[in-house]
Amino acid sequence: MKIVACIKRVPTTEAQAKVGADGKSLDPAGFQYMASFYDEIAVEAAIQTKEKLGGDVTVITLGPKDASKELREFIARGADAGAILVDDAWHSRDARATAKALAKKIGALGAELVFVGRVATDRDNAAVGPMLATYLGWACVTEAMSIDLAPGKGTARRETEHGVETVEFSLPAVITCNKGLNEPRRPNLKGIMAAKSKPVAEEAPEPVDAQTVVLKVELPPARKAGRIVGEGVAAVPALVRALREEAQVL
Amino acid sequence: MPTIVVYVEQENGKPVRASLECLGAARATGREVVAVVAREGAETAATALGRFGATRAVCLVGAKSYSPDATARDLAKIVGEQKAEVFLAAATASGKDLAPRVAAHLDSTLLSDCTGLEAKDGKLQVTRPWLAGKALATLSSTAPVLCATTRPNAFAVAEVQGTAEVLTVPASADGKAVVVSVAPKAGGKLDVKEAPIVVSGGRGLKGPEHFHLIEELAEAFGNAATGASRAVVDAGWRPHAEQVGQTGKTVAPKLYVAVGISGAIQHLAGMRTSKVIVAINKDADAPIFKVADYGLVGDAFEILPALTAAVREIRAHK
Repeated sequence: MKIVACIKRVPTTEAQAKVGADGKSLDPAGFQYMASFYDEIAVEAAIQTKEKLGGDVTVITLGPKDASKELREFIARGADAGAILVDDAWHSRDARATAKALAKKIGALGAELVFVGRVATDRDNAAVGPMLATYLGWACVTEAMSIDLAPGKGTARRETEHGVETVEFSLPAVITCNKGLNEPRRPNLKGIMAAKSKPVAEEAPEPVDAQTVVLKVELPPARKAGRIVGEGVAAVPALVRALREEAQVL
Repeated sequence: MPTIVVYVEQENGKPVRASLECLGAARATGREVVAVVAREGAETAATALGRFGATRAVCLVGAKSYSPDATARDLAKIVGEQKAEVFLAAATASGKDLAPRVAAHLDSTLLSDCTGLEAKDGKLQVTRPWLAGKALATLSSTAPVLCATTRPNAFAVAEVQGTAEVLTVPASADGKAVVVSVAPKAGGKLDVKEAPIVVSGGRGLKGPEHFHLIEELAEAFGNAATGASRAVVDAGWRPHAEQVGQTGKTVAPKLYVAVGISGAIQHLAGMRTSKVIVAINKDADAPIFKVADYGLVGDAFEILPALTAAVREIRAHK
């Protein structure tokens, strides 16, 4: 079975936002990058699927050439190949443009299962996975917390505000992976050495015009300075009074 | 009149609050609002929607079981039939699952988890957080249909005089994924993203055995959910569904109480748009106090029982 995991290069979660000179972007100066937090869960799910059902795992990203660094890290954990759809303006692609380019690549690969993170921690859209599935005409389960796969089909569980849903789906499918789905393995030295000789292909993504128009980017308004109401148990009545009378939330 | 189609989620025939807020956001733009309701109980839920701003409610009925891909296809079809210029859903687990698929069927991009929606010169624009709220982007869309989800607790519910015309449409049956069962949540516990009050605990609680103090304060408030910092989720003290922050959930309740949470930038990003923030921490220099409206310096183990008792007392006399 051909298995794909999609990852995205995002600023590290320590990053401070600074508005770019045009007022419509983030200034990337000072950003360090990493694969989005949920991506390692997606890659682990792909590798576990290969171990259970056979096949091979290709890790794909749409991003700059530099993202080969993140791809090699995941190949070192047990993926077989990497592919970069090279786009230096990857961060400003909208969800549809990314999903369409990935759908074209994944369709051409003949993949049967695609794992992605439940959300990328930069634009926080959580849209590319289900959009990709829809463009491919595939089944999709979002925010999976468990998966059980058999040839041609699978069962997944996902948590909602009302409880835990059990979803049965047919393959091919896109699964978006939530925390708790698995415990991602760390790369070992053998894997890191082997990853150096595994193929990472570079190609241009399908050009798709963005539909999203950025009108303005700003920092959130600073919160009004608060105050320390006091110390220890003795200050509890003052806190309660403030919540009742000033904030009126009690 | 330009039309907005809103997917309204319901549970046992009752529309969920986040969807009513989404209807309110749609209504506030001055457009005509058409609600679409799916799953068992849709027709019961639909009858109430006129009071929340919908002029028409379309029920997808007759499906043996719920399929998100079939429902998304049906929703996209209704958006087309209504000649809607906008499709909205609340950013709940179900809304987040459906909206991207509806958008793809309409070959339109999706703007998720919006905190603002307004008409400017006859055109709609949204505000949404980037980097979990470290920045705010104002966006418009050239897509055939503007597709967006609205963040729970970010919009007001509209209460209007009105009745919605209720229509029923047969739901498509041929889904590629089907929900075969739902195990209900124990005791109707509120989700951290939806609750109007969130009480969160961090490392300062010193161990999972002390989180009953957090739960008791949440219970005293009555309509509160319990949350947690990443540190205590990663340590296995609390379930991951409770994690607030950049790699967990972003919340905007009317009251957020952070107990024993120092306030890492990733946590602050996830809760800084809460209306009122209370911080309880023994370290007076903890960064959480910089975003808190009210800070209390001291030992959580002494403060929590006293605060819980005081809140109980007030609620008992209301």
